[in-house]
This record gives sequence, C-alpha cells and structure tokens, in this order.
Amino acid sequence: MKKTFRLEGLGCANCASKMERAINELDGVQNATVNFMTTKMVIEGEDEKMPVIVEAAEKIVKKIEPDVVIKKA
Amino acid sequence: MKKSLWRIIIGGIVFIAAIIINSNNTWLQLALFVTSYIIVGSDVVMRAVRNILKGDVFDENFLMSIASIGAFFVGEFPEGVAVMLFYQVGELFQSYAVNKSRKSIASLMDIRPDYANVKKGDELVKTDPDDVHIGDIIVIKAGEKIPLDGIVIDGSSTIDTSALTGESLPREIEVGSNLLSGCININGVITAEVTKEFGESTVSKILDLVENASSKKSNSEQFITKFARYYTPIVVIIAFILAVVPPLVIKGATFSDWIYRALSFLVVSCPCALVISIPLSFFGGIGGASRVGILVKGSNYLEILAQTEIVVFDKTGTLTKGVFNVQEVHPDGISKEELLELTAYAESYSNHPISLSLKRAYKKVIDNGRITNVEEIPGYGVNATIDGKKVIAGNIKLMEKMSIPYLKGELIGTVVHVAVDNKYVGYILIADEIKQDAALAIKELKASNIKQTVMLTGDTKNVGFKVAKELGIDKVYAELLPADKVEKLEELLLQKSPKGKLVFVGDGINDAPVLARADIGIAMGGLGSDAAIEAADIVIMTDEPSKIATAIRVSQKTLKIAQQNIVFAISIKILVLILSALGLATMWAAVFADVGVTIIAILNAFRALNVKNL
Repeated sequence: MKKTFRLEGLGCANCASKMERAINELDGVQNATVNFMTTKMVIEGEDEKMPVIVEAAEKIVKKIEPDVVIKKA
Repeated sequence: MKKSLWRIIIGGIVFIAAIIINSNNTWLQLALFVTSYIIVGSDVVMRAVRNILKGDVFDENFLMSIASIGAFFVGEFPEGVAVMLFYQVGELFQSYAVNKSRKSIASLMDIRPDYANVKKGDELVKTDPDDVHIGDIIVIKAGEKIPLDGIVIDGSSTIDTSALTGESLPREIEVGSNLLSGCININGVITAEVTKEFGESTVSKILDLVENASSKKSNSEQFITKFARYYTPIVVIIAFILAVVPPLVIKGATFSDWIYRALSFLVVSCPCALVISIPLSFFGGIGGASRVGILVKGSNYLEILAQTEIVVFDKTGTLTKGVFNVQEVHPDGISKEELLELTAYAESYSNHPISLSLKRAYKKVIDNGRITNVEEIPGYGVNATIDGKKVIAGNIKLMEKMSIPYLKGELIGTVVHVAVDNKYVGYILIADEIKQDAALAIKELKASNIKQTVMLTGDTKNVGFKVAKELGIDKVYAELLPADKVEKLEELLLQKSPKGKLVFVGDGINDAPVLARADIGIAMGGLGSDAAIEAADIVIMTDEPSKIATAIRVSQKTLKIAQQNIVFAISIKILVLILSALGLATMWAAVFADVGVTIIAILNAFRALNVKNL
C-alpha cells in the first residue's frame, strides 16, 4: 500500500532526510521518501501494518520538526 | 517570514547601536548586545532547549545557541550576536529561496484542471475531473483548461499546448482531433467525448512524473546526505577536544582562547549549505527542463545524462516523421498530373500507408464510378481498369512479371511503377521524410562532446545509409528485426568507456525493450503516447530530436552547478576549520563559512532553473 502526505511548513532539508531515514527503519516499511522540495511524504508498506506505520511516521515528523502540519494528499 | 525579517532588522539596528556607542560605558553596551541577541535569537535558543530535551545533540539550533552564548562567556559580545544575527539572515534567505522554487514548481503544477463541464441533457454541470467517466460528453469554453483526454465531436478551435510541450505555437483542432488534458482552449467552444479517466489522463501522468522525479536521488545527493550525517558529529567532537585538551596540555594556553576556537568550529559545523543546495540544483534542472517540454523522471537520470558518450537513434518516428509522402513523380510520355491521378485511382481501394500517401498527394476526390475490376496482387501491386484502360501499378517484380520495360535507377524509398495498357508511363517515389531539425540535432550532439552517433533501423540498407549520410550519423545498422536491435545495443554498450553512458532514443512504439536496456532511454513525441511515458527515463514531449541535445546541455549545466557547490562549500568549510584551529580565523570568518556559503550556494543552484538559452 502506498500513502502520500503533504508536510506543510517543512523548513529544513537536513530534517527531511532525517525523517526519511527514521521512517525507512520502521517495521513493515518497504520504501519511504520525504521530498523536501515538494514537501511530500510517500510511504510504501505492508497493508496490515500501515495504520501503525502511519502513526509512527507522524510521531517522527513531529519530533524532528514540531511545527509541521501533516495533511493527507 | 515577515515577522523574522522585522526581528532581524530591529535586532540589527540595536546591534549596530551597541557597536558604535562609546565603549566607556561597558554596562550599557553589554545591555544593548544582550537585547539584540534576545530579539534575534530567542526562538533559536527556545528550539534548542526543546530539542535537547528530546536528546538531539547535533541539532543546528543547539549548536548555534552554544556557539553564540559561549562567545558571550569568553567576552566576545559582538561575535556572539553576529553569529545569531547572520544565522537568522541565512535561514531567512534559505526559506525565501526554497519557497520561490517551490512556487515555480507549483506553477508547473498549474496545469491541473479544477473542474470539467459535463453535459447532462441540456445542462452543463461543473464536475470534479475525478468523477467524470469514459464516454461522458464535456464542453470546454474559451480560456478553459482541457480537463480530461478526449476526442472532439463538435466545434473547432486553437489550443495552447505550451504547458505540456514548451511549444509556443498554438495547435489547430477540429472534429475528430484528439484532445490532451492540460492544454488550454484559446478561442472556440469545443464539445468532446472523454476517452480516459482522469487518473489515466495525460495531465495526471505528467504531474505524477514531475512530482516524483526528485525521489530518485542522484549520486551527488546521496553523497551529500551521507556526508552531512558524519560531518556534524565529527566537527562537534573535534570542537570539544579543542576546547578542553590544549589548555591542559600546552603550557601557557588559555581556556578562553581555545574555547573561542572551538566555538568557531561549532558555527561551521552545520551542513545546511550542502544539504539544501544540491537537491535544489537538481530540482531546478528538472523543473527548467520540463518547461521546455523535456520530462526527466529522476535526478539520477539527469545526472548520468551528462556522461553520455554514445547516442543511438531509432530511425522511423525519431529522426524521420514516420509518415510516408510522395517525394517524386516521374512520368514517361504523360503529364505529372495524369500519372498521379492514375496511380491514386488504381491504389484507391487499399488502406496501405503507400495508398494513403498517394491519395493525400492527389488531393482531389476519387470518383469510384471510373474504376472497374480492381485486383490486388499481394507482394506485387494492383491491377485495375480505369476509364476502360487497363492500369497496373506496383513494384519492379510486377513490371518484370508482366515483362514491361521500366526505368531503373538508384531510387531510395518505395517506388510505384505504373503501366497503362502494357505501356510504361513512369514511376512515383514515396518515402518517409526526415524531420526538419534532425541534422541540427546530430550537429549539436557532436558539439556537446558526444563521441558516437548510431542509427538502428528495420528499413532497407539503401534507405538507412542515405538518411545517415544526410544527417551525418557515424554508424548505421539496417534491416534489423526488433530483437536484433537489443542485440546491437548490447554490442554498443561494450564499446563505451566504463564511465560513459549510452542513450537510446526511440518513439516508444515497439522499442520498449531497447529503451529499458540502454543506460538512459529517451522517448520522443511523448505527447499522447502512454507507452513512451511508461518505458522511458526521459520523455521529450514534442517531435523535435534537437531537444536531446538540449537535455544533455541541461544535464551538464546542472551537474556542473552541483559539483561547484560541493567543492566550494566543503573547501571553504575545511579551510575555515583549519584556520580557526590554528587561531588564525575569527568567528566572523566562521559565520561567513556558514551563512555566506549557504547563500552563495543557493544563488548558484538557482541558475539551474534557467534553461532558456540552452
């Protein structure tokens, strides 16, 4: 399953790559990208683990950049 | 962003005031420095505290806070404020630059249609393009975007395709024309039948492609991300050692002196300049290229395109138009018009491309009443009775079979020989036409240091060699079956140097395996061809082969900018690190190595967006 989010207010490129790295290490994630320029986060993961993954990913984003607003795209 | 600009201005004024007032009153001066520091840097310090509580030691807010507060403690007040002030200027500039390029990409995304006017009975209903289905009838008024791919069933107009192709010349459309979503209807009202769901429409495909392009990272981007991961911790650790060890070990060394040097290290420890400017360069290159109708599917492709050594072309549809046209009418004993008329009539029952080209050249309407007894002889030609006369039209084999003497010559293309009542009356030469800018394309490729150009074709050797000679192509392989093309490509792949790349250019029809096998597959005339968009790494939206050279130049320019930024930023940082360790550089130099380098690198990256003169 593939899910796309928009990270509004994503302000630092280094943080984006930190997020990307952390999300890719989550259990069940096949591939995740956080695109700093388009502010898009795309997560591909196993179907049944997706709700857990999304929740964990949101926490990671909030931890690294607390001001970012996560929206479904 | 406005708020932080004001803070910088006010903080900056207080800072300048602190510097120029009479330094006799040190307490007033210190108060002013502290005030400006609070105005400028309080949010950074706050964020630093928040992040350190979460255990993120190498956070840039934290590093900047330590560096600036540390400067206050060793008595260097101006430096302390300056570090924060210029750090904020750099941040502001960075977010301005990022916003600007995000906007320029958004304007590219502006081709996304908001609604479709769906015809329901006599009414027009504004509908979300996602909810329109195949077979629905939509109306596009003047000035509106075409929301979905379709076919015109009523009305005629001119449409602007520039958002998709970079081509400024509008295109005429009429009943029966294919409509591509994302184009703009300039004048008339058109009614169309939808042929594709929105998700499958051209506009969705292109948006998807551009938005996802930067997720395929180039080597330079990967290098930088890795570099940043180790650079900051290493510099911070060295800074710590520098602050503690020499004062304890070296006689006469003071803590304040070495802490000052260590603080400079912290200022330089942020990898921002690199982390931001490299993806920004590639983003700019991809964005700029798509404005001129070249879609690059990933930063990685844009990067390796610059190392192209061999360019392999497919002939039909790539270098030639793929449309057969009458090139020469050579009568013998009758007039040109008569010969063309007879041939067009004789071939009028067939739908073969050759027959169609004859009909197109004849232009007038065929009066079927004049033709009787048409007989097709497969592999030879036709035998027909026109106005009571027995006409035969076909190839050399047909003439020889009927033992009619004909004109022999070195003719390149398909030749239709014609005889009336067993008497030879001449021939018509039909051939594919070379695209207007094909020769220019080859010339420009050679000018951009491409070592070899090769053409693969399923066509005859005669035709292949003639086209290659006319265009100045180095090597030709003719009479190839689709499977042979892959084989030839693999041979060519062995001929390039280890670092060089091989590009294959095709029209996406029948050559998907070759496109996939090459280092980079470029599909031509992507507009409207899904196969091409799927199979290739780079899609050229127009029919112009000269865009290949443009793409290579965009790639070379982007790569050069990215490399300049890497070398420039890393070397300045290392230089300043060494000088500060030796005590030769002040904290001002460190501020330049951080903020100044970031700004210069971003400005440099912006150049990638400009591809107009390439």
